[in-house]
Amino acid sequence: MTITRDDVIDFIYAEARMIDEGRFSEWLDLWLEDGIYWMPLDYKQTDPDLITSLLHEDHFMRKLRVERLNGERTFSQKPKSRCSHVIQRPFVDTFDTDAGSFETNTSMHYVETRLDEQFLLALTAQHQLKLVDGKLRIAGKRVDILNCDAAFGNIQLLP
Amino acid sequence: MSNYAGNPQAVAALVRPNQVHRDVYVSEEIYRLEMKHLFANTWVFVGHDSQTPNKGDYITTQVADQPVIMVRHSDGEVKVLYNRCPHKGTKIAIDRSGNTGKFFRCPYHAWSFKTDGCLLAIPLKKGYAQTDFGDTAASRGMKSVGAVHNHRGFVFARLAPEGISFDEYFGDAMSSIDNMVDRAPEGRLEVAGPPLRYMHQCNWKMLVENQTDACHPMVAHESSAGTAVRLFEESDWKEGDPKPMAMEIIAPFMSPYEFFEGMGQRTWPNGHGHSGVATSIHKEYAEEDEYGEAMNAAYGEERAAEILGENRHNTVYFPNIMMKGPIQQLRNFIPLGPNKTLVESWIYRLVGAPDYLLKRTAMYNRIINAPTSIVGHDDLEMYERAQEGLMTDGNEWVDLHRNAEEGEDFGHEWTGNGTSERQMRNQFDAWKRFMLATMDTPAQEAAE
Repeated sequence: MTITRDDVIDFIYAEARMIDEGRFSEWLDLWLEDGIYWMPLDYKQTDPDLITSLLHEDHFMRKLRVERLNGERTFSQKPKSRCSHVIQRPFVDTFDTDAGSFETNTSMHYVETRLDEQFLLALTAQHQLKLVDGKLRIAGKRVDILNCDAAFGNIQLLP
Repeated sequence: MSNYAGNPQAVAALVRPNQVHRDVYVSEEIYRLEMKHLFANTWVFVGHDSQTPNKGDYITTQVADQPVIMVRHSDGEVKVLYNRCPHKGTKIAIDRSGNTGKFFRCPYHAWSFKTDGCLLAIPLKKGYAQTDFGDTAASRGMKSVGAVHNHRGFVFARLAPEGISFDEYFGDAMSSIDNMVDRAPEGRLEVAGPPLRYMHQCNWKMLVENQTDACHPMVAHESSAGTAVRLFEESDWKEGDPKPMAMEIIAPFMSPYEFFEGMGQRTWPNGHGHSGVATSIHKEYAEEDEYGEAMNAAYGEERAAEILGENRHNTVYFPNIMMKGPIQQLRNFIPLGPNKTLVESWIYRLVGAPDYLLKRTAMYNRIINAPTSIVGHDDLEMYERAQEGLMTDGNEWVDLHRNAEEGEDFGHEWTGNGTSERQMRNQFDAWKRFMLATMDTPAQEAAE
């Protein structure tokens, strides 16, 4: 299969749609097992280990997060939250078909709501994608929140 | 209509031996009285001195509702100053941290101050010569808080100029901070990165109470910790393999009531106390040899074992911080209103210890206490439901009876059942005393 830049860009759009439609189990399957979903706490943070992050989740933690959303006794999801990503056309920063390796940088506005509360986050998402068995998969995702140093209430879904 | 200002009897009546009136959580007037009395009369956490290592380094923060600057003065001591220019009130600094050199300079009219607050210079000084400026507070510069004490790096302030001393206020409760610092082979801590900042639409006391509430984890956190345990059991992990750090952290939340009962609790006078006397949810963490060796080298085997043998799960320093000695975390529950609390969760490096400890601490902080944390979501949902539920008029009292004893005396150290609500009752005993300490003074009330 020959990958085009449009395929890479379409993947990013499709992932956002999947999350917004609550298809979280499908979203988990986009990931490679050893991929890390990272959301830094500090502006331009470089160290994920020795200072706090908002998220730094491996396969197990992502699965736990998704399973919990559907749990019988997940009271913070009764009623459930909803979210919406509005995304700018991703920049394809790396396009290496020989290695099957691609990197994108995407600006997003993320809205999450539950009951009468709603909030807006401005984000930059950086994806590392790999072509495995003819399919694009997520090898790593870093989401930087523009106001990462602000105080937030609950952020329950997947910015 | 005012119910409580100038009415200490009404404030005292809000705290019964095993119940408290909902107004302590929902009343705007009680919140303002807390700021004026409780938070002025007690010793409140300001920051860690490793946040201001060099002369002129400062941080801006707040003690209760008072904006303050914590700064390293030219003599090496840490000072805590009210963050306003004595001229027109302009905040002197608003960035969260920085270095001001030898003096602060107000950005509005260039009044300048030494880093202990003393007035250094005013432009057009001759314009003040024929006035009574020299008799005013403004001429003395930036005002310091009532008293400051640095205990092994942890800086506390008492806003009131007169009141209980640091040693009398904390007494033996400082043993938890001592134990946390002793866990560093070099005997000191360093702050590691910025804090998590998590906004809660609930009263600050709900958060403080929850720190020693050993009956909620297996219920409120079933969704997160319970699911984690189930997923882990379904995984292909084999008995004897090292447990992933994340599971070590989250799984013990599902321990049964008996575990938390046996974990034990200790209370000290003035509202301080801790869970985890005999054991704790942090007890079974796997440790690497390198750390034990560094501790043995620093302290000798016997003392090192004694330090690491302490459990000290959650220590509450009344009124509004909790620290976890075994994982070097401090949470500051900053009251912003009767129904609004900013929670800052800080972590520290054990100086001289291997990195894996700080890695675990950072992991704990984000898994349990971040705005993005599934465990945090469980807790905040309960606080916010309580804040809303307390508005119902069907019952105006919150219940704190569990394991209450006849005629409880909070004036001495006590240890007992880990699921007792004793520490919550201890906090309200202190709450009442430090609220009333200055409310009884008619002159002060008249000035309000």
